[in-house]
Amino acid sequence: MASTTPADTPPAPPVPGPGSRSTGRLGDKVFLGLSKGSGILLLVIMASIAVFLSYRSVIALSDNEGNFLTTFEWNTAGDPPVFGIAVLLFGTVVSSIVAMVIAVPIAVGIALFISHYAPRRVAAPLAYVVDLLAAVPSIIYGIWGALVLVPYLEGLNSWLDEFFGWTYVFEKTEIGIPRSLFTVGILLAIMILPIVTSVSREVFLQVPRMNEEAALALGATRWEVIRLSVLPFGRSGIISASMLGLGRALGETMAVATVLSPNFLVSLHLLNPGGGTFAQNIAAKFGEANEFGRDALIASGLVLFVLTLLVNGAARLIIARRKEYSGANA
Amino acid sequence: MSHATTGLKDHRPAPAPAARPSLSSRSLPRLAPLGFAAVSIALGVGVSLAAGWHSRTQWGLLSALIFLAVSYAVTTAVENQRQARDRLATSVVWVCFLVAVVPLVSLLWTTVSRGVERLDGYFLSHSMAGVLGWEASGGVYHALIGTLEQVGIATVLSAPIGLLTAVYLVEYGRGALARAVTFFVDVMTGIPSIVAGLFILSIMLIAGLEPSGLMGALALSILMIPVVVRSTEEMLKLVPNELREAALALGVPKWRVILKVVLPTAIGGITTGVMLAIARIAGETAPIILVVFGNQLINTNPFAGEQSSLPFYIYEQYKIGEVAAYDRAWAAALVLIAFVMILNLVARGIARWKAPKTSR
Repeated sequence: MASTTPADTPPAPPVPGPGSRSTGRLGDKVFLGLSKGSGILLLVIMASIAVFLSYRSVIALSDNEGNFLTTFEWNTAGDPPVFGIAVLLFGTVVSSIVAMVIAVPIAVGIALFISHYAPRRVAAPLAYVVDLLAAVPSIIYGIWGALVLVPYLEGLNSWLDEFFGWTYVFEKTEIGIPRSLFTVGILLAIMILPIVTSVSREVFLQVPRMNEEAALALGATRWEVIRLSVLPFGRSGIISASMLGLGRALGETMAVATVLSPNFLVSLHLLNPGGGTFAQNIAAKFGEANEFGRDALIASGLVLFVLTLLVNGAARLIIARRKEYSGANA
Repeated sequence: MSHATTGLKDHRPAPAPAARPSLSSRSLPRLAPLGFAAVSIALGVGVSLAAGWHSRTQWGLLSALIFLAVSYAVTTAVENQRQARDRLATSVVWVCFLVAVVPLVSLLWTTVSRGVERLDGYFLSHSMAGVLGWEASGGVYHALIGTLEQVGIATVLSAPIGLLTAVYLVEYGRGALARAVTFFVDVMTGIPSIVAGLFILSIMLIAGLEPSGLMGALALSILMIPVVVRSTEEMLKLVPNELREAALALGVPKWRVILKVVLPTAIGGITTGVMLAIARIAGETAPIILVVFGNQLINTNPFAGEQSSLPFYIYEQYKIGEVAAYDRAWAAALVLIAFVMILNLVARGIARWKAPKTSR
């Protein structure tokens, strides 16, 4: 928006001296070239990520004896090599869904707290505290999750098993510490809270004051104001915030690699230890992989890349559409 | 919508015929929630003790539930249901916030309390050369060097690229190319760090390159560039157009306007953005596993040979699974978190101190 006005002014300023004009033009050309070049470089990087990953994936996939999509095995050192992403796709999606189910309502609550409930004076520092959660490196979440959260969740797990075991999902059929997809989901929920919160908060703060004041003038309570004007206005913002969070959760590596005790089984018993995710599998299998094994891991990484690309792209498109919408309103 | 209107209709006749002294309906005193809280905590603890529960979390949860029920019931009785719902929503929102604070506090507390056990001059100045996993010696020096070098190179690479891209988007960018760059910068911020590592790995496999700190730095800059672009872009947009126009009207060429007017005005915000980006990539582990490989020894040359880094070191020590190794992992985690937090605080300090004076 701010950049429209300079564009309307003529690009070459009316300078009388021919000498100064030529240097000005040369400098402009160089500078424009440099900055445009960096922009293009970014596009080239994105394109080459896709190309290079695909190239190595093709090498791996051409020798794969199993079906890449449906095989429940990851044996790249075998002869013939057999590997498939079924378990990884399942684990990635399930742990991310658990994370979303936990994180999105809480994040919306925090965003409302900061934008509408907290006393003005403390709202900004509180927002900062939530942002600090985002600054903590994922490996520290990882060891905290593995050494503090996992032992702590044993109580919750046995409680869920006892009272909600009939749901099948919460039935614990294997004994063991809860290094399960469910625990991973909880940890991921904590990790994506900040991004979901900050995007939702931004949207909630954009709600036209008129809408809120109109509701207040009709005698609405604070909750009614939120339900009548804030939440409807912020709905698409919440959706895109959740999708950004989902993108983070899908690609998270270290927190999953430290917490999960992986196996190659698909099970909807979420409390049982086991399962795996794309990123976790890459980090865990990379050390012992030969060159072919690395290509196979790259192939699984390509799937993850496409997955996050789709989710993030969709989220950004929703936000972009919303921007125009709110611009028309303002 | 419909509910609220009917609620209002129900409510409106009530105060009208009421006696003169009170125009408003009955309401609870302002400090009523505190009273509810005291009652429900007392009840919750009492019941928990009676039931013989040990977990403090259960005590807290029970008290919270009792609090919600009590405040809802009392408010419905004294005021009305709409007020009760409002109170319920307020409590739930507060609980959401408290729930988020608990893990942060626990994480910081664990890291600090476990970290200080091993953190000392020896830990910071020694590598893991010749140290077995269970031995309570060794240190983080080699990893510190690795992190500083990799992050340094990544910053040198990504800051100019990110800055120039942002300048292009704000000062020049129009049309399809600019829109594509904007979109892909957004998408790029969402690339998982492990995919950035795999990308460099695939280049290494094709070109036959050996793992080194430089490779790690390349992977890190893929993660860093979009963050720098995004924050710089925001800052450049805040520079008032009057400044640009005044300079252009004096006949200054556009590139000099950008260099001498726009960038200096926004420099505080740009610095903040770069520092926050550094803080983000300093904690990345996954690419380091794939393209730097880690090292027990000190390798000060980022261009050849395997290196360690702080986050990688934490992961490595965690995987050893010995008590002494856990201690080292926590101490390294404390070093890393202190590094990241200090960067964050300083960056935000700069942002506040050097905030551009906008016309808005």
